Formats: sequence, structure tokens, C-alpha cells
Amino acid sequence: MARMKFLCDAERCIECNGCVTACKQENDVPWGVNRRRVVTINDGVPGERSISVACMHCSDAPCMAVCPVDCFYRSEEGVVLHDKDLCIGCGYCFYACPFGAPQFPQLGAFGVRGKMDKCTFCAGGPEKDNSEAEYRKYGRNRLAEGKLPACAEMCSTKALLGGDGDVIAEIYRQRVTSRGKGSEVWGWGTAYGRPDQRAPGAPGAPGAPGSAPAPTGGKS
Amino acid sequence: MTRLTHWAGIAFGAMAALMLAGCGERPQVMEFKQGKYQGKPDEPPYAAAPFNGNKDLWERDIRTRTQNQNEYKRIGS
Repeated sequence: MARMKFLCDAERCIECNGCVTACKQENDVPWGVNRRRVVTINDGVPGERSISVACMHCSDAPCMAVCPVDCFYRSEEGVVLHDKDLCIGCGYCFYACPFGAPQFPQLGAFGVRGKMDKCTFCAGGPEKDNSEAEYRKYGRNRLAEGKLPACAEMCSTKALLGGDGDVIAEIYRQRVTSRGKGSEVWGWGTAYGRPDQRAPGAPGAPGAPGSAPAPTGGKS
Repeated sequence: MTRLTHWAGIAFGAMAALMLAGCGERPQVMEFKQGKYQGKPDEPPYAAAPFNGNKDLWERDIRTRTQNQNEYKRIGS
């Protein structure tokens, strides 16, 4: 098996925050910590896109490189995990991460930082699999149950894909080649059928009497 | 005149030595060494129940779940 990866399809993400909710519920994530969040660009204007972001489980993880106590490790499935018993909550990993994945719970007044918390790809941590200690520190270990991360499996539009990198890349490739691009994705063509797929003689079909060229609209 | 040449020779030699010293400068950038994980060892996800070390069974389950995300296959269109 290759490396475990997330892939978010910005054409499908509808900013429902279902992935964020699923993650918080599944892993009992405390207030103030968001292992996953949805980022929207061009919010409210045509061309708006949303993408769900969490730890990307980098192959050459910067958090791993800067950690002064070396509490990070990579599992054989390519999931970047850490040992909370060793973490000193210094925050170097937060500065190093380009995705802002490491999170720090506010344990008291004056913004005291607790131990780092981040997405585990629902793979728990270095405690006995599916034990109480593992759940308390890292959340649920779905991978050990033969399941994929809750965020990806919960995604209603299947914008967020999770699993073996090669397999999800192939799913995404098939999806992109099937749906086309531009107005074929969102717009007239999707709602009423593409001109080349309409029945012969149907209004709007090529060659039909009085047919006008199909307008194109919607998001590009 | 001889004395002036003597001092000029010494000054030139010192300057040459000083300039040559620049050629012998060593890189002062610290060499990065990847640290080694210091925490507790973790077991693979298929080690415990229900897979009990059966990696092939675990991989098959994960592959099935991954394909459930592919609606082109799931709904057979």
C-alpha cells in the first residue's frame, strides 16, 4: 500500500463544514482546536472556491524537522503522528507548517499553550490501538478498525477524498475527465444536457429546426 | 630608500597574507541533521483486533472503503 493522503476537490466543496464537524465529533476535539477547517477564497463573488484543509501528512514534514524534542514519527502508511507525552508545546511546528495544521489548546488564562494537537488521519497515536488512553490523547483510531478518516467518509459531495494516494488520485482523475470543465461542470450544460448528448430533433439539439446555439453560463 | 622598500615589502606581504586568508574561509552554515524519533513505539493499524496482524485483510478493507468514495463505481454509471 502506498502513502495515505487527503485530496480536496475545490469544484465539489460546498463549504458545508461537515468534515470539520465529523472530525470534532469523532475525535472529541476540545473547544478552540480545529484539526480541520474549510478555507474559502473569493467568498461571495463569482468564482468562489472552498477547500478543506488539515494536516497534509507531508512526505518531508517541516514539523518533524523543527521539533526540538523529536516527538514526530511517520507510520508505515505515511501518516505523520506525534507523541503527546514528549511534546513540550513550544509551537515551532506551528510556525513551520505551511498549512497551520498544528493546534494548541488554551489550557488556562493568559493563553497558556498546551500540548500540540493535529489531524491524525484517524490513526490514533503511540498508545495501544483503540485503548482509552489513545482515544483521550489522540482521538479515535479508525484506521485500526479498517476505516478511513471520518471527514472524508462523511463528506456529502465527496469533495474530500482520503486514502491510498494512488487510488484517490485515480478516482479524482476519472472524475475530472468525466465531468469536463468550464460550463460543463456548473451551468446550462449540466442542467439541460450538453448539446452533443441531446436526442436528435430535440429542441436545442444540433441540426434541429430553429435551434439556437446552447447558451453557456454559470460559473466558469 | 632601502628602508622604505623594506617596509613596503613587509606591508605588501602582510596584505597578501590577509587577502589569502579569505580564500581559506570555511562555510559557516550549520549542517542540518534529521532527528530521530524519541517517543514510544507505535504498532501498525492491523496489529490489533479485528485484523490480528493480517495485513492483507486490512488492506482489502481499506481498498473497499476507498472505492466507496468513487460514486462513478458505486452507482455504476
